Amino acid sequence: MRPFEYVSPTTKAQAVSLLGASWGGTEILAGGTDLLALMKDDIVSPKRLVNIKNIRDLRGISSSPQGLRMGALTTLADLADDAGIKKNYPALAEAAIEAASPQIRNMATLAGNLCQRPRCWYFRNGFGLLPKDETGNELVADGDNRYHAILGNEGPAKFVSPSTIVPVLIAYEAKIRLEGPKGKRELPLEKFFVIPKSENEREHDLGPNEIVTEVVVPPVPNAKIAHYEIRQKDVFDWPLAVAAVALKMQGSNVESARIVMGYVAPVPWMSPEAEQALTAQPLDQETAQKAAEAAVKDAKPLSHNEYKVQLARVAVKRAILKAASGGAA
Amino acid sequence: MDDDDPNLKHPSDKQDNSGVSRRDFLKISGISVAVPLVAGPQAVMAAGQQVPVYGPGKVPMEFTINGKVHKASLEPRVTLLDALRDQFELTGAKRVCDRAECGSCTVLVENKPVYACSVLAIEAQHKAITTVESLMQAGKLHPLQQAFVENDASQCGFCTPGFVVACKSLLDKHPHPTPEDIRRGLSGNLCRCGTYAGIRQAMAQLSQKGA
Amino acid sequence: MPDYAWPDQEHRTLIGKRITRVDSPVKVSGQAKYTYDVHRPGMLYGKVLRCPYAHAKVVSIDTSAAERMPGVKAVEIVQKPNANIHWAGDDVVAVAAVDEPTAEDAIRAIQVEYQKLPHLVSDAEPPQGATQEEGPLSMNDIDDLLDNQVPNRQIVEKIQQYGVTEKPTEDKLKSFKSSGANDAVLNALREATVHPEAASRPKSNYEKAAAQTVGDPDKAMAEAEVVSEGLYGVPVITHCCLESHGTISEWPDADHLLTHISTQNVSGIPGQMAEPLAIPASNIHVHQDHVGGGFGSKFSPDRWGIFTAQISKKAQGKPVRIMLERDAELEVAGARPSAYARVKVGAKRDGTLVAWQSESWGTGGPGGGGMPPIPYVFTIPHQRKEHTAIRNNIGPARAWRAPNHPQAAVLTMCALDDLAAKLNMDPVEFFGKNLDITKPRQDIYREELGIAANLMGWNEKWHPRAQNRSGNITRGVGLSLHTWGGRGHNSDCDLTLHPDGSVDLKLGSQDLGTGTRTCILIVAADTLGVPMDAIQLEIGDTTYPPSGGSGGSTTIGGVSSSTRRAAVDARDLLFAKVAPTLDAQPDQLECVNGRVGVKGDSHRSLSWKEACAKLGAMPITVRGTNPDRTKPPDLTNSGVGGVQMAEVEVDTDTGIVKVEKMVAVQDCGLVIDLKTAESQCYGALIMGISYSLFEEKVMDPTTGRMLNANLEFYRLAGFNDIPELVVHMMTGKGYDERGVIGLGEPPVVSPGAAISNAVANAIGVRVPFLPLTPDRVLAALGQKAGA
Ligand SMILES: Cc1cc2nc3c(=O)[nH]c(=O)nc-3n(C[C@H](O)[C@H](O)[C@H](O)COP(=O)(O)OP(=O)(O)OC[C@H]3O[C@@H](n4cnc5c(N)ncnc54)[C@H](O)[C@@H]3O)c2cc1C
Ligand code: SF4
Ligand code: FES
Ligand code: FES
Repeated sequence: MRPFEYVSPTTKAQAVSLLGASWGGTEILAGGTDLLALMKDDIVSPKRLVNIKNIRDLRGISSSPQGLRMGALTTLADLADDAGIKKNYPALAEAAIEAASPQIRNMATLAGNLCQRPRCWYFRNGFGLLPKDETGNELVADGDNRYHAILGNEGPAKFVSPSTIVPVLIAYEAKIRLEGPKGKRELPLEKFFVIPKSENEREHDLGPNEIVTEVVVPPVPNAKIAHYEIRQKDVFDWPLAVAAVALKMQGSNVESARIVMGYVAPVPWMSPEAEQALTAQPLDQETAQKAAEAAVKDAKPLSHNEYKVQLARVAVKRAILKAASGGAA
Repeated sequence: MDDDDPNLKHPSDKQDNSGVSRRDFLKISGISVAVPLVAGPQAVMAAGQQVPVYGPGKVPMEFTINGKVHKASLEPRVTLLDALRDQFELTGAKRVCDRAECGSCTVLVENKPVYACSVLAIEAQHKAITTVESLMQAGKLHPLQQAFVENDASQCGFCTPGFVVACKSLLDKHPHPTPEDIRRGLSGNLCRCGTYAGIRQAMAQLSQKGA
Repeated sequence: MPDYAWPDQEHRTLIGKRITRVDSPVKVSGQAKYTYDVHRPGMLYGKVLRCPYAHAKVVSIDTSAAERMPGVKAVEIVQKPNANIHWAGDDVVAVAAVDEPTAEDAIRAIQVEYQKLPHLVSDAEPPQGATQEEGPLSMNDIDDLLDNQVPNRQIVEKIQQYGVTEKPTEDKLKSFKSSGANDAVLNALREATVHPEAASRPKSNYEKAAAQTVGDPDKAMAEAEVVSEGLYGVPVITHCCLESHGTISEWPDADHLLTHISTQNVSGIPGQMAEPLAIPASNIHVHQDHVGGGFGSKFSPDRWGIFTAQISKKAQGKPVRIMLERDAELEVAGARPSAYARVKVGAKRDGTLVAWQSESWGTGGPGGGGMPPIPYVFTIPHQRKEHTAIRNNIGPARAWRAPNHPQAAVLTMCALDDLAAKLNMDPVEFFGKNLDITKPRQDIYREELGIAANLMGWNEKWHPRAQNRSGNITRGVGLSLHTWGGRGHNSDCDLTLHPDGSVDLKLGSQDLGTGTRTCILIVAADTLGVPMDAIQLEIGDTTYPPSGGSGGSTTIGGVSSSTRRAAVDARDLLFAKVAPTLDAQPDQLECVNGRVGVKGDSHRSLSWKEACAKLGAMPITVRGTNPDRTKPPDLTNSGVGGVQMAEVEVDTDTGIVKVEKMVAVQDCGLVIDLKTAESQCYGALIMGISYSLFEEKVMDPTTGRMLNANLEFYRLAGFNDIPELVVHMMTGKGYDERGVIGLGEPPVVSPGAAISNAVANAIGVRVPFLPLTPDRVLAALGQKAGA
């Protein structure tokens, strides 16, 4: 790690003003489970670290008829243990408890989870987010891309969006709230993730001096919601594919659906094609299969990750069937 | 630790040593805040208030580890794990991956298991830190440790302290853990020698007895 | 001649029982001090600048900025300008500073310019015609071999076999010597035949490393009634010791070195450091209490051990700690060579094996590597084998727990299993039928096969390939056989009886977590008839009598045999002193339960303490030494057999394999401690599951760098990936009387083959290469569907 100075503001406004106006100089420190590793590997080298854990306003989980509010500092362990979440948003609690390990869940925050950087092994080895060697060769396409994107990978970004919590949050129609020098804003969570086109962009719609303050989820819709992950190791392993689905029903038919895939693209990948395939259909094996096919119809695997198309397909199908049979609870 | 070294007596030297002076720092980072002014623990103005700034040089720190107070002067970039091991010679927690991937450095902070390699020492101040060294009381092994011994749950033993702390916190939370509790509770620790079979037996023995 | 023979079953009080590991308490309480934990007064922290390129030449190095930094105490250039680097992560410059952050800053301040050279990191099948016969060595080749740390013995063999392209000058010889060539290499070079015409030969990365024919393979294959052909392989994996390699070195005075090192080879370290440091080996004091894993990768002080000592010297002899970071540990500190083969095997319709043919290849890094011992265990009468060694830039290979055997097991047992499937035979029957060609262990295997089948429930679980499909979940079983040598090494020990009854025992050995301490104490206590905790055991120091390195599963034989000898000799000396008091002849005495007395006469005895008081004022020390290795061993033996079976469940939609159960039936002669012996087998099964399903050193073709040098993508099996494990040790008649044979490695040989065979049984098609990851399993299933 390079040397840095450390500040620990107690208000959001302080934090915002302690952050630099361009990337590189400062970073926000939350749980540190990702950031410290990035700093040790010299992937990011802030001159100042802004610890936000002493900002009270960023804490807490509250449920109300308006929905659920989770402060940025809510840990994954809190998400997994909170009685209200377990009851009303069980697929979220399940995704949280399946993530990482108990030690990480105790430290990792929700905002940190949304803002964590990709696990792409070229990025983590110092070749950049859009990895190139010194002579400008694109490394992923010709390299070992077994864990890379199969969708949304036409540009130079080939990593996959790393959070396993985000797809299910998007299925729940979560919104993210941010605060920066220009004030507050709120975005549908899916809009927070962007595919960078050049090395000086990041994969989030986040300013260098903006903070994620909270995530809000609307009241539980009358929908069947489920989350499914495919990991080779039983636990504590990065998934190969994730799917989260929310199915609004009308009688025994699907009225509308939200299908979100993780680990397939540089952003959490919503599949209107799959949603279309489910709409007005009965919820059975056959529709689930059709929706799963539709979800990966446009997949363009790289040289070593054709198998991920199959895994994404299976994840979507199983998530739909899991939702159909009652979801996480 | 390097008190014998006159070069390092002055924090100002140390700041140079880390290669960033405050002026450089502000130049590079383009931060638009008022420049600090106090000697000693410096401060910056942020949103109309003074916020103390620590480092990049050494900062005096104070920790409560296994109920005892420990002090050291450390740069903010030093992790809790390195402070425990190199400053206080509490070497039960091991440095293996240094990246939150293996569990060998597991300690309790405020009674929750965390990876000490991924916590900055500066943040762990004034929190209750518990390391494996505290489990043995008056020369007697904790029942959990005894179960590890009886079931031969360590080989080379390098991962063992991390596992012991992880098991301890699992049993504190679930005195009679189900297989699912164990599956989740022990997912964050790795062993290369392959002691999982012994650990499983130790846990089975304890979950029957309750520890 | 004293009677050293192991006591028979009725007379053993501890040997062969289930005894709790003696060093567990210090391990579970965090008190055990490993090298990484050693904190010496005034200790400096070292860091290493590593080359980012897989193949490069150092052009220039500028360390001036680092040297000027406050807190930096010494800088050591490890590879000077013009040095050739053959793998990414190789050490170039080391620094020592007052703390770790300062050392890191110093490393970043060093400027190195490299000239990049073309690299190869792939170990894919050699392109047609690329394989080159080995030939005479140029002086550059010798440089490369030395750079790549190829053992001197192998270099000598190559020089003697192929000669050289030019006669080395004395200067050249000197430079070889300073790069690590020993006298044997220099002599071989002086005497080598010179083939100047070979100097113009182009150099290939692919070298023919073996070509052997046994019997008449063509005829036998032509006459075989059933022939099976297949592709099999295992990738390069790493040792991944949780305690990384490294040392803490200091100079108490100008010509004495004290080194704490993480090693499998305490007594063997000084001899390897003496020459590069230009001090006598006797001036080097090595100490280690505990080691956090070795698995074959920790026999040498390594270049970093040498430069740590050198940099300490530069820093006025202050202690310097250099332990490898995890990425370096995985990149440079040891890897198991890969092995792949196209295999054709033929049998008669009744299953009798007749012919084997294989074209194999693999890499052990820049040094190339040899052919694994195939066909493994089964001496098939007619064979043709060719092996290509790929020399590439992935970093050096090291012995990995049972070197070459796990690879040989996969290449052989998977090919045989495919043949059994083609014959429509149950593998237990098929392997059983061919046991005659596993001589001399056919009877052991036969017995083990039966026991394993029972413990697995094989008869209920086995089915012809892929015939138990229900939906996407399918199950299968598979098996494999293995063997290993394991005769005891040299291991001297000093056992001292004190007049106050205390006993101490000292030897230079090390306990890798295999239970060495426990077993030494069991043998000594059983022999002296005192409790284990009455004996003070000290190991891990070069001031104690020298012990062999813990490799080749030779430690248990080595230490148990010399301990037995020393204890018997000490006991006999004690008997001689005590006999007059008890009014008996020394050979009428025994010591049991803490008493020394006349056999069969419980009234004539002394407590241990009283007996030792008869020694007089002076303690007696006896040295236990094992018989010369050229003579047949008496207390130890060599050659074990084991059988393993695996049951798996495969999700054919996702390609995810879960191991559901494993059975290991293992012989290792006389077992000293059943508990730690079983733990070795459990551990080996777990490590085996890990390499079968998850492990692989992944190299990037473009940059030549290891992509997964961390514990996130270099994936080790976790607690939850481990199913029910059943271990059965073969003991009792037919086994015990063979003497002690090592156990560290044999049980890690078979899991890859057994699990791969179980997957083939489950899904009806072979997944050619380990690890059995979803991509590979789905690809194999896809081919089957397509076919
Ligand atoms: C071995 C391992 C396994 C893992 N497995 C999983 C898994 O299965 N599923 C999963 O989802 N994740 C997994 N993770 C990732 C883990 O969940 C994240 O590291 C964690 O959630 C990050 O949160 P943090 O609070 O520790 O963030 P930090 O490490 O503190 O920060 C991460 C990033 O977010 C930024 N940031 C943090 N808070 C804010 C904020 N409020 N506003 C703006 N930016 C902010 C930081 O500047 C930094 O760039 C794993 C991590 C590891 C090391
Ligand atoms: S006993 Fe061996 S050759 Fe064997 S793994 Fe250990 S060190 Fe290696
Ligand atoms: S050393 Fe902290 S998790 Fe591995
Ligand atoms: S006992 Fe050696 S790593 Fe677990």
